[in-house]
Amino acid sequence: MSAPLLAQLTTIFGILTVVVLLAALLTWVERRLLGLWQDRPGPNRVGPFGLLQVVADMIKLFFKEDFVPHFADRPVFILAPTLVMATMLLGFAVVPFAPGIGIVDLNVGLLFVLAMSSLAVYSVVLGAYASNNKYALLGGLRAAAQTVSYEVFMGLSLMGVVMLAGSFNLREIVTAQEGGWFVLPQFLGFVIFFIAGIAESHRLPFDLPEAEHELTAGFHTEYSSMKFGMFFVGEYLSVILISALITTLFLGGWLGPWLPPLLWFCIKTALLVCVFVLLRAALPRPRYDQLMQFGWKVMLPLALANLLVTGGVLLWLQ
Amino acid sequence: MISQLRSMWLVFRHLFTPRVTVEYPDEKPYLAPRYRGRIVLTRDPGGEERCVACNLCAVACPPDCISLQKAEDENGRWYPGYFRINFSRCIMCGLCEEACPTYAIQLTPDFEMCEYDRQNMVYEKEDLLINGPGKYHHYSFYHVAGKAVGGKDKGAAENEERPVDIRGLNL
Repeated sequence: MSAPLLAQLTTIFGILTVVVLLAALLTWVERRLLGLWQDRPGPNRVGPFGLLQVVADMIKLFFKEDFVPHFADRPVFILAPTLVMATMLLGFAVVPFAPGIGIVDLNVGLLFVLAMSSLAVYSVVLGAYASNNKYALLGGLRAAAQTVSYEVFMGLSLMGVVMLAGSFNLREIVTAQEGGWFVLPQFLGFVIFFIAGIAESHRLPFDLPEAEHELTAGFHTEYSSMKFGMFFVGEYLSVILISALITTLFLGGWLGPWLPPLLWFCIKTALLVCVFVLLRAALPRPRYDQLMQFGWKVMLPLALANLLVTGGVLLWLQ
Repeated sequence: MISQLRSMWLVFRHLFTPRVTVEYPDEKPYLAPRYRGRIVLTRDPGGEERCVACNLCAVACPPDCISLQKAEDENGRWYPGYFRINFSRCIMCGLCEEACPTYAIQLTPDFEMCEYDRQNMVYEKEDLLINGPGKYHHYSFYHVAGKAVGGKDKGAAENEERPVDIRGLNL
């Protein structure tokens, strides 16, 4: 009993540590890539290639004053940033990194991940509400509306994949792709899920809850020090989670020739993360009503049509 | 959708374009001669101070950071007794240079003038005065102006007619 327990604990803590460290490293990767795409070097002075910038930022964040405004709802204010990190890390529990590497093998894995990533909106809404600040509240309202509307077709866009694989288990979905990646038969689903994933992780161009040009910093206006850092890390965690999910669901997960499975998984996820950064570098933020219109009037009908066509074709093939 | 993909592609291509920035403390960027940085007081080609203490720079200065006092030497030339610029207030706008009728006050392409003590930002005349003519090599105010000073009488300036004798007959 104790030996498998120990092995399991090692896996859990190993994956936790690696994922959090990667999220921290992503702050550097993102700034470096943004820099290169804007014809400048980006942070490159601390350590080799500026890699230690992460450490410098962390030291800075830890030593900043951890300020809680006197008008804030103190317990909720403190709880909110932990929620986003906790839910995102929980989401990683069911991600199959490679055969044999993963924390749990849930038969409702896909639903679990969707549930966790939608729970993360509580963090934003509660943080915004507890801040007792107009900008934060506006950001929180936007986050709630955005997440609710994008959540709808985020789940719907995945049902095509579920129908093709015949399972909610992420591991079985990956093995079902041995004949061919789902990105080809489910290209529409892939695009819809990607867009919903951007909205879900509040990344540019759908970062309306933050929208620093209109709402100063949106929901985390009043946050400082490591509480702000946790929102930040949570955002990067969700970027990695969404990328890992797209890899698992549409790009064949760990499947690939020659290289070891884990490496394939990491390469695919890393490329998707770079696409997230590229989106931030290239695209402007839509207006709020445009975002809602796009969600309800374009993406939702498309997701439903995709569901219908996939179901029809599968029935016809049987 | 197409335009979004196109702009993503265009941005992605910038991965392979040369960088436009330089890494500043290691490599200094080229600054044009007319860059507006640290202010200097120049001398004319004869080595005399160009400033005639007219106070126009102090009047033009938006943050009022220039202060000076007129003095006069034995030749009748005006010069600033003291000339003080408070660089902690200076905004490097260059209006003093534009206002100056004698090209005395000029801005230079030097901007590295940080100090730990605010009082060190106040530059006195001996800090401001340089030994050259700055950007205008051959200009000397008293050689083109009509004012008589020691060593140069009225009408002796460049392109200047002799003064008319208003009591003469050949008007």
